[in-house]
Amino acid sequence: MNWPLIALVLTISLPLLGALLAVASARFGDWIAGVIAVGTLAAAIGLLFFVNAQGAVTLAVGGWAPPLGIQLIADGTATLFLSTTALIMTIVALFSARSILRRGRNSREMHLFWPLLLLLWGALNAIFVSRDLFNLYVGLELVSLASVALVAIEGSRRTLAAALRYLLFALTGSLLYLLGAVLLYTAHGTLDLGLLAAQLGPDDGLALAAITAGLIVKTALFPFHVWLPPAHAGAPTPASAVLSALVPKASLYILLRVWFDAGPIETASVAMTFLGALGAVAVLHGSLMALRQQRLKLIIAYSTCAQIGYLFVIFPLAAAPAVIGTTGADAAWQGTVFQALSHALAKAAMFLCAGLIIEAVGHDRLDRLAGTARAMPMTMFAFGLAAISLMGLPPSGGFIAKYLLVNAAFDAGAPLWSMVVLIGGLLTAAYLVRPLAATWRSPKDDPNELPPGFVDVARRRQLLPMILALASLALGLFSLLPVTLMGGRP
Amino acid sequence: MNLEIWIPYALCGSALIGLGLYGLLVNARLLRRILAFNVIGSGIFLLFGAMARRSGAPYADPVPQAMIITGIVVAIAATALALGLIVAHARAGGGEGLPGDDAMAEVQDDEGLDGMSDGVSDDVSDERPEAQESQR
Repeated sequence: MNWPLIALVLTISLPLLGALLAVASARFGDWIAGVIAVGTLAAAIGLLFFVNAQGAVTLAVGGWAPPLGIQLIADGTATLFLSTTALIMTIVALFSARSILRRGRNSREMHLFWPLLLLLWGALNAIFVSRDLFNLYVGLELVSLASVALVAIEGSRRTLAAALRYLLFALTGSLLYLLGAVLLYTAHGTLDLGLLAAQLGPDDGLALAAITAGLIVKTALFPFHVWLPPAHAGAPTPASAVLSALVPKASLYILLRVWFDAGPIETASVAMTFLGALGAVAVLHGSLMALRQQRLKLIIAYSTCAQIGYLFVIFPLAAAPAVIGTTGADAAWQGTVFQALSHALAKAAMFLCAGLIIEAVGHDRLDRLAGTARAMPMTMFAFGLAAISLMGLPPSGGFIAKYLLVNAAFDAGAPLWSMVVLIGGLLTAAYLVRPLAATWRSPKDDPNELPPGFVDVARRRQLLPMILALASLALGLFSLLPVTLMGGRP
Repeated sequence: MNLEIWIPYALCGSALIGLGLYGLLVNARLLRRILAFNVIGSGIFLLFGAMARRSGAPYADPVPQAMIITGIVVAIAATALALGLIVAHARAGGGEGLPGDDAMAEVQDDEGLDGMSDGVSDDVSDERPEAQESQR
């Protein structure tokens, strides 16, 4: 038995199978999701150890090698994304089971949530192991359609408007990406990134520009971010966690793969600087907008806009002449992957904390949250741990990410980019202290009073965001394994 | 004039892409925007199909055709989802456009023109009985 290959196939096929089963028997969606989550998590972690022991796992689907067939490759970076996704999805499934079940086995949520969540999971996993531009397009569309439907699940006018705005941006992004893929196929006769690697040059500028533009629309990079806050804040909270933590990472992952596996980064330094500049503006703008919000979920959603900005600093750093072929390029790559993974874990933890607060208090307005930290200390402690990772304080995964990026900026002879990272860290601290302060404050008249309308939340469920927040700390504490797995710049 | 057979098709595809982009930019009505997406998509597929004959071989490259079919399936699914959302949005009391779009000002002059920062309802709590009934 070829266990690594079986694990690779299972990570994609199990969630898709589960999505079909959950459509067929919606009444047992939670049980199906539970079984599938355990299986997929086991497959992803198994794959992680196989890849760590014996290198990348490659599967030519149906026995057809590229350029005729499609190849799936699970390398170290891909398995890190697979495992992080599996952990977050499992926790989110456990978190949602109770709140959805409360509405009865025949409710609208029961029919929609589980199939969409599992479909999204399967599509994300397919993206992480694909190296074929058209296969990636299909994965990207699946991710977008499932995400839009998750946003719309509540069916109120405002969430439907948020979902429609999201869909318009997502469709524009897909069409631009598809146009770029078509142009690349016409020019080179293949869509496999490995085969394209040696062939791309300045003549492919238009195609690469279309692909890049399409993907940054989907990643919600400034100035294409306006769809993100209403969509992520309006979705049901467990869905927000997945949407904010994982979905923008899928399009970013494709962008990184296209440019770092195949793209002529070294000859496109102007475009790369432009991407980095958009990232810098995203950090500033997202942080300032987060500072102005009065609702917890919107603060977390704008924080996603800001954190996405860091992920684009890699482009000017990797294109800098001083850094090509040195360890500086490796540091930029590792820092970016670290940022993507630790942000995913911390952001999912934060949204689940916000969900618990909404369940307990009934709203998420900062000015009426006084006393929450006293009433649910474990939740707010998890929120604080996740905040530490987002701010980039040691020993979190976010700290390792920022440390590596700052190092890479100095290696590249462009210390200005390190300022983006450092100022962003300060702004993150500023906007995350506000919800922390609001919940730690005591209600005015009586220090022992609970927030009005407080309903207790089971300890077991408060533990779930804690696990994610601890995982984002552990990413920093045990950073050797992930660094070994993600390796140097591809 | 000796035109190769694929050139008019490719030009037509490009024209459709441009037309669709124009429609996407100037129309604020959701239904027309979705139509514009379909026009752009058709343009890309036509361009792709035409380019498959570019090599000058007596037959067309079959790979683009396989991809076009997949792309059409994806486009149908996306269109269906978009239309479903538009209908649900209209039934829930939204107009033909999205709140906050400047171009929608003359189409829809209800109260829905709120900024992004409060583009989400106040009641995000998990219990929302009104959400269920508004969906039928």
